Amino acid sequence: MNQPLTLTAAQKAGPKATVIALGLALAVLVAMPLLHLLPAEHALHVSAYTLTLVGKILCYAIVALALDLVWGYAGLLSLGHGLFFALGGYAMGMYLMRQSAGDGLPAFMSFLAWNELPWYWYGTSSFLWAMCLVVLVPGVLAFVFGFFAFRSRIKGVYFSIMTQALTFAGMLLFFRNETGFGGNNGFTDFKTILGFSISAPATRATLFLATVALLTGSLYLGFRLARSKFGRVLTALRDAENRLMFCGYDPRGYKLFIWTLSAVLCGLAGALYVPQVGIINPSEMAPTQSIEAAVWVALGGRGTLIGPLLGAGLVNGMKSWFTVAFPEYWLFALGALFIVVTLYLPKGVIGLIKRRGE
Amino acid sequence: MKTVPCSAVIDGFDPTGGGLTRDAIGLGRVAEKGLDVRHGTILSLEDINVSFDGFKALTNLSLYIGVGELRCIIGPNGAGKTTMMDVITGKTRPTSGSAWFGETLDLTRMSEVDIAQAGIGRKLQKPTVFEALSVFENLELAQKTDKSVWASLRARLSGEQKDRIDEVLETIRLGQSRHRPAGLLSHGQKQFLEIGMLLMQSPQLLLLDEPVAGMTDAETEFTAELFKSLARKHSLMVVEHDMGFVETIADHVTVLHQGQVLAEGSLQQVQADERVIEVYLGR
Amino acid sequence: MNTALHRLLLLLLLVLPWAAQAGDAADYAKASPAKQARLLESWAAAPAPERLPLIEALRANRVAIDQNKTPFIEENGAYRALEGDAEPVGTPKKLRLNNRLRGLLNTALASHQLFAEDPAQRLAAAKRLQRSGQPEQLELLQQRLDVEEDAAVSEALTLALANLQLTASDPAVRLAAVRLLGETGAPLARVRLENLLADEAETDAAVRKAAETSLAQVKRKLLIGELLGQAFSGLSLGSILLLAALGLAITFGLLGVINMAHGEMLMLGAYTTYMVQVLMARLAPEALAFYPLVALPVAFFVTAAIGMALERTVIRHLYGRPLETLLATWGISLILIQLVRVLFGAQNVEVANPGWLSGGLQVLPNLVLPYNRMVIIGFALFVVLLTWLLLNKTRLGLNVRAVTQNRNMAACCGVPTGRIDMMAFGLGSGIAGLGGVALSQIGNVGPDLGQSYIIDSFLVVVLGGVGQLAGSIFAAFGLGIANKILEPQIGAVLGKILILALIILFIQKRPQGLFALKGRVID
Repeated sequence: MNQPLTLTAAQKAGPKATVIALGLALAVLVAMPLLHLLPAEHALHVSAYTLTLVGKILCYAIVALALDLVWGYAGLLSLGHGLFFALGGYAMGMYLMRQSAGDGLPAFMSFLAWNELPWYWYGTSSFLWAMCLVVLVPGVLAFVFGFFAFRSRIKGVYFSIMTQALTFAGMLLFFRNETGFGGNNGFTDFKTILGFSISAPATRATLFLATVALLTGSLYLGFRLARSKFGRVLTALRDAENRLMFCGYDPRGYKLFIWTLSAVLCGLAGALYVPQVGIINPSEMAPTQSIEAAVWVALGGRGTLIGPLLGAGLVNGMKSWFTVAFPEYWLFALGALFIVVTLYLPKGVIGLIKRRGE
Repeated sequence: MKTVPCSAVIDGFDPTGGGLTRDAIGLGRVAEKGLDVRHGTILSLEDINVSFDGFKALTNLSLYIGVGELRCIIGPNGAGKTTMMDVITGKTRPTSGSAWFGETLDLTRMSEVDIAQAGIGRKLQKPTVFEALSVFENLELAQKTDKSVWASLRARLSGEQKDRIDEVLETIRLGQSRHRPAGLLSHGQKQFLEIGMLLMQSPQLLLLDEPVAGMTDAETEFTAELFKSLARKHSLMVVEHDMGFVETIADHVTVLHQGQVLAEGSLQQVQADERVIEVYLGR
Repeated sequence: MNTALHRLLLLLLLVLPWAAQAGDAADYAKASPAKQARLLESWAAAPAPERLPLIEALRANRVAIDQNKTPFIEENGAYRALEGDAEPVGTPKKLRLNNRLRGLLNTALASHQLFAEDPAQRLAAAKRLQRSGQPEQLELLQQRLDVEEDAAVSEALTLALANLQLTASDPAVRLAAVRLLGETGAPLARVRLENLLADEAETDAAVRKAAETSLAQVKRKLLIGELLGQAFSGLSLGSILLLAALGLAITFGLLGVINMAHGEMLMLGAYTTYMVQVLMARLAPEALAFYPLVALPVAFFVTAAIGMALERTVIRHLYGRPLETLLATWGISLILIQLVRVLFGAQNVEVANPGWLSGGLQVLPNLVLPYNRMVIIGFALFVVLLTWLLLNKTRLGLNVRAVTQNRNMAACCGVPTGRIDMMAFGLGSGIAGLGGVALSQIGNVGPDLGQSYIIDSFLVVVLGGVGQLAGSIFAAFGLGIANKILEPQIGAVLGKILILALIILFIQKRPQGLFALKGRVID
């Protein structure tokens, strides 16, 4: 990580080209949900399957962006971002479960012969409170974990494995039926959101647009951060933490800020993922999921903002194709991808494009 | 995080108010706002002991540095020079002894960040700059300002600050490469950039660990000039092996040996000392 | 009557094995269920060795009667007369057992087995009687106890006897029984005493008082057993963690990278054990019992070779970039898991304990130490000893330690760091392979075997301090025991989470682990 990494692809690949590419991508993404509203016979109709798939990938792209903020800029490789994503998803899921259960208890609770909601389900029938939980739960957890981790200067692989252990512990916890989140099966069979049917084309289109908006917002936030003094301090922190401390900066606050922000972004992405995909279960917290997110970022290009989005799209696109065409070989391909990217593409696809450009 | 934990900070006190006037509550001469150096010493180390698993790195070390002084520290490898700097900057805690910055700041109780903000700057043995950032940005980060997260998020460079950066860029002769990434600088240029970053911090005490290692003769000469000019405004503590360099800059030299002060005085005095000749100069 | 007697005499001469019980089988066959029960009770109180085959046949539901109510035993679809050589008239009908009869049969069987030659059979019989003994058997038990020589059987008999005496009408007998139960410390004694005290079952005040004292006594003894049991499972878990983490500690200490494929080395070691088992069953079935011993060197070399190959091809190119190495080795682990899945199937494969590793040592009534776990604890310590010798007494070890402490300096001194990296990586992987052999003896062997160990082993390394053998040992056993102590209190999952939290807090105090090298800090 000693090579200078330019802040954004935009700086070198020519800002004009990047802006045009981004604008085109945005136009396509905004058009997709609108085309979905066309009647199914129409030639330009976008199917619910495609919309869901792309929506899912967009949610993953937000995760990739959030991970890149901590890894690419601050040098903290988190292997536990799946936990924050899933927590946001579960918070949204609680609301959706309450919606479909009406005045009664969610189905899985009656199944366990519970006759009362656990205290942490209190108020989840309110959409607003659920949205607060989406932000608060991942945010507070990340803050507390980060506070202790950064205080004792845990970094490098230590930090990575600690985060992996954290998400692993979370998965074990959510697998238990007694935890009160549907155990193994998680939440599914959602019916309505804010009173609208969850499978209605208009609802799907709205959720999709919300995801596009969140992604655009996160990207803008990322740009602003990367270009601020804060972003420069993060880069400095990544490359020479000691020097930064002798300059009079306290790295803990900086790390904690970006770490918590990143977790909150993941939580929001998870909250949009659940109503679109229609299920959330503890396997989202599996260490494998989180580490896969790291390869999205690495493939796209760390320390750039467009790279992780590209990486998330490429890997997930490949995954959808492989799991249909050669399900046996997907893990081989993914494993090989990990190795190839780390060995031969230290700057990711963006780095490749840039070199071609020069 | 931001406030300097110093009991002698008096808001509104005029730092330039001359050396001899006494303020209302009688705190005495203050070199600059926030630091009380009424007895003319900026750094006092007294009976410092540091041991690592039984190995005594520093033994009853006592050392005083005056305001505006340029002190050179010499000594063979393993004499405890870097450990002493670690103690001063808060990286290592002494097992016993006291370390005071000015009269009121107990360095053994302050965090590294607090110490840096209180006005002690340190250049590491291996030149360390932020390689991914440009030369200009390196200096920008180092400059003395509010360094909290919130301030960084909203920070905008004022014209005054830009001028100050330009001024330092001139001083360290890096004006030409202000937009180059620091990682692409030569070894000597990195040394200068690091010194420049120290200047931006405008610390009262500068700790410099082997500042001229890897520099050409011309660069060394220039550094010597620079340090001499700094000595009036700041206090400097330079660890160096290059005897020629020490000779050009130092009026006062301390020799460390096995974690203790072996001799102190002018270079000539020190060089004449039997014990010093024995353990160090021994030729 | 006369003819019957003649026939009986004749039979006695002709069919010796069935002679003595000639009447028993017939009596039983002709009796009504109520009378059958009485018969069984009398048999239980006065066992005769010759009656054993009949009881066993009855219990196995293999006795049938024909139209004449002559008893036959069914063997492979054919019917043989139990007494005499009669041929079945018509199709024989199975004698049916009801639950009560079945219970009585078991009791009768047990009292017959009390006189078996094999102490193990006697012990099993005595244990059965602890649960299902009948008051009629009291005398019999007393008799047997007087002549019993085997200590374990004696103890079991005493308990069985005391159980029965609890129902005696004489309070003095009950009192003695209660005291006796108090001395045994068996889980069953606790149940019996609790039953006695509950619902005012015992009316005699003195006996009640004695029962309370005895119950407290039994509980204390059980608690000791439980605690020792927890300590043992803690040690056992610790030894497994140690085997899993030791190799990781070496490679992490040396290269500063986490080998995420380390868990897969454990898995490959376990699969090698499986392969060795299969091959030996086919090629050398007579020596099959020793297959784990054969598997040890094989697994070591297989995993060490794979480790070295990985180091040369992938990891070597990533030195100085720990996070990238972490990702690349994760990729390797994905490939290895999927490879094993394709080759061996996604299901677990069957690795059987050889005879000398199955069973266990009964230390206390409620504490059995399984042999396989005891052997693994010893094996783990043995591997640590070997590693220590290798690192501290050989040239290779000296080089490894030199590179661990200061890579550049070692290189300057002429240590071939590249080769050392490869050898150390091989060593770490090989130790994981040995761990895999051990794991195959106590758990399931499947493609995901290694996944669950990587986090735990890393926590051991973090806690123990990098490059510190002693630290790893303390951390592994400490974590193992802490896990097993917390488990019964708050459950396995919460226990794990709590331990993770404790480790994070611990690192606040000692960022370098338990046994850290201190020194001047520069980086």
